[in-house]
Amino acid sequence: MTTNDTSPAAVVLSQLSKSYGAVRAVRSIDLTIVPGETVALLGPNGAGKSTTIDMVLGLTRPDCGSVSLFGMSPAEAAATGVVGGMLQTGSLVEHLSVRELVTMVASLYPRPLEVAEALSLSGCSELANRRTKKLSGGQAQRVRFAIALVANPDLLLLDEPTAGLDVEARRDFWASMRAVAARGKTVIFATHYLEEADAFADRIVLLARGSVVADGAPGEIKARVGARTIRATLPGAALTTLRALEGVIAADRRGDAVILTCSDAEAALRALLDRFPSVPDLEVRGAGLEEAFFALTGDETDANDDELQEVR
Amino acid sequence: MHPVYFRYELLRSFRNWRFIVFSLAYPVVLYFVVTGPQRHAHFDGVAFPLYFMAGMAAVGTMIAVISSGARIAADRSVGWTRQLRITPLTPGDYLGAKVVCGFLMALLAIALVSLSGTALGVRLSAGEWLTMIGLMVVGLVPIAVLGVLLGHVVTPDSLAPAVGGTIMLLALLGGAYGFLVATSGAVFDLIKALPSYWLVQAGKTALGGSGWPAEGWIVIAAWTAVLAPLAVLAYQRDTARV
Repeated sequence: MTTNDTSPAAVVLSQLSKSYGAVRAVRSIDLTIVPGETVALLGPNGAGKSTTIDMVLGLTRPDCGSVSLFGMSPAEAAATGVVGGMLQTGSLVEHLSVRELVTMVASLYPRPLEVAEALSLSGCSELANRRTKKLSGGQAQRVRFAIALVANPDLLLLDEPTAGLDVEARRDFWASMRAVAARGKTVIFATHYLEEADAFADRIVLLARGSVVADGAPGEIKARVGARTIRATLPGAALTTLRALEGVIAADRRGDAVILTCSDAEAALRALLDRFPSVPDLEVRGAGLEEAFFALTGDETDANDDELQEVR
Repeated sequence: MHPVYFRYELLRSFRNWRFIVFSLAYPVVLYFVVTGPQRHAHFDGVAFPLYFMAGMAAVGTMIAVISSGARIAADRSVGWTRQLRITPLTPGDYLGAKVVCGFLMALLAIALVSLSGTALGVRLSAGEWLTMIGLMVVGLVPIAVLGVLLGHVVTPDSLAPAVGGTIMLLALLGGAYGFLVATSGAVFDLIKALPSYWLVQAGKTALGGSGWPAEGWIVIAAWTAVLAPLAVLAYQRDTARV
């Protein structure tokens, strides 16, 4: 029963849709996010992540459907400072130091963080006196993060926040994010890295071709898209034999090579090596997101659906 | 107007040395170079140092208000206006900061050129100074609006030629460089329909403390009436919140 729950959801998207010409970027997304949740929007390029975030922030007008943030429209949420964002594109304005820029942004919000705190959380303390024009790509990314943090919003949206960061900077970034999430903020971030989504989100919303194809706890999603593939040169092996191996879901041939999609790569590997004494060019790898989505979304019917939609 | 945001906007303007050089230094230097040898000449019925002072003030102020508005294009191109749209800063505060910044820079340009004029022998009564400066501020209104419009319609790579060309054309035809391309006939009628002509005339009409003739007020009002809705439209298209 939720009847006595009077606090509105942090985010309610209902039948949210957006097309750019013939491209249906977002197709009727329904999503409810409760306050305090950290949600990853996971998907390959072109899945509709940025378009969805832009619509949540009120930067892009949906063709149909609605966005509600704590019961408000995106414009009201922006005007009252309850929402903040780190956008994917854009650079920083010139002629200001990092501290000045962050101070300026802080002044726009009703309940900002201390500038020094935002700089330190985002790892920008040592950049504070540097002019924005003299920053490297990764440093500028951290300053964008500082700008999003200093707003101290209840809902924080981050569009591929770690793009352009090296491994160490990524780790620092997520450590800071944990600190923000620990304050009970609602965080939504877009990523195309399953590991990032798995490590930092309470919940993963999987987007493909503008639709939600899966929505659940990271472990659950990981099991569904984290399939591994085994590739080997086995010209003589029958695909039916390979498909029958333990842990193998599917087998395909590409020239002399076979590609096995596995639910349990370890078992499949053991079975494969038992069955075939010589397995040259053996390679095991995690299926890319694109491949995983391909398997998840039921490619053929969807492709037909696309054509039908375009004819209409 | 948002005070802190405005302060940083002003700081950004003053740290932009190109902006400072062109709107402040350029008219002052040109004033001394051109007027120095011709201190005792007359032009259009006015002592040349006063006429050219008004002309250079017109150039400096036009550069100040047009570039200030046009810098919106730079903010748009780096995605800064998008970032601002998700903050509580209202579009009016944003635009207000740009315009007020441009006018402050314009007043500074007037002050520097006026000091230069005084150094070369221009003497006006307090009332005449006030009339001139007041008329220039009014005359700058449609030009500032034009800057805001340019800031929303031009792309960064066409910004320099668009702004430079517009200022050059307005200054040259308006007589800011000390000559008019025509002083009678249809071309002169066309020149008198430009706001920059009246900006330059502010120096001349200030003599005796009298303002523009009705024609001047009509031209400035008409330009404002035509450009303002266009600027508002461009700006709403750009900042519409959802």
